Amino acid sequence: MQAIGDTPKAMAYAPPARHLLRAKDLADARYADKLDVDDMAKAAGLSKAHFSREFKAAFGESPHVYLLTRRLERAAALLRTTDRSIADICFSVGLQSLGSFTTSFTRMFEQSPAAYRASFPPAVSQVVVPSCVVRAYGRPQHRPAGRGD
Amino acid sequence: MKIATTQVWVNDQDEALAFYTEKLEMEVRSDVTMPEMGNFRWLTVSPKGQEDVAIVLMAVPGAPVMDDETAQQVRALTAKGFAGTVFLTTEDVRADYEAMKARGVEFVDELEERPYGIDCGFRDPSGNHFRLTQLTAF
Repeated sequence: MQAIGDTPKAMAYAPPARHLLRAKDLADARYADKLDVDDMAKAAGLSKAHFSREFKAAFGESPHVYLLTRRLERAAALLRTTDRSIADICFSVGLQSLGSFTTSFTRMFEQSPAAYRASFPPAVSQVVVPSCVVRAYGRPQHRPAGRGD
Repeated sequence: MKIATTQVWVNDQDEALAFYTEKLEMEVRSDVTMPEMGNFRWLTVSPKGQEDVAIVLMAVPGAPVMDDETAQQVRALTAKGFAGTVFLTTEDVRADYEAMKARGVEFVDELEERPYGIDCGFRDPSGNHFRLTQLTAF
């Protein structure tokens, strides 16, 4: 698979922001991986310190904050739409520490991951299961009458 | 009323032309340069089989059409990915995705199943955002 961070060959001159956008796209596409600001800087072809300044000037937020809030947004979506455990969700959006996840999530969403999840209808109630599946898996096990009573 | 032509800003028309025709496999609908209009180049493309709608691959003009500051802002907005989005539909998004990926298109969103269909997102070399969706039949 071609990484988004790869700079296409023989490109025409692009405004500097185009390289910053490539780093932003990398965060959006690969947030689930062990991605950090160093990787984003590499995708933009800049040193880390220079990249962080340029990114903030272009998009109004530091790359660190952008990546973190992308991960929290994806985690919030998983809290609403899946019944996976909070720890599982934390690691699956690329965060390494459950403690910092809970702290950052609570700061940004003004409630804990568990409270956030509880404020939405349960994920299972939102799932559209095809009628053939409902019919196949909902049929009860046959229990013959009048035997062993 | 019908939509006939819409427009994206491109950083370089030759680069855009190569991308839209070779990587997206669109067809050129018009490519005309007008010397009496400061060599303005009207360059349009659209998908094969859809000849009544086209996208103009428009170069960011200089003065007197656009002052330098505005032109710079348009270039920066496009490069930052905020100049707009084109929404495309297809009959077979998985096949198109694989083919475009193999041709080196920069995907920003991998294939994802959504309630309305299956879609993915990519950018052109200038930073314009495209979504490609195979809509669910309801």
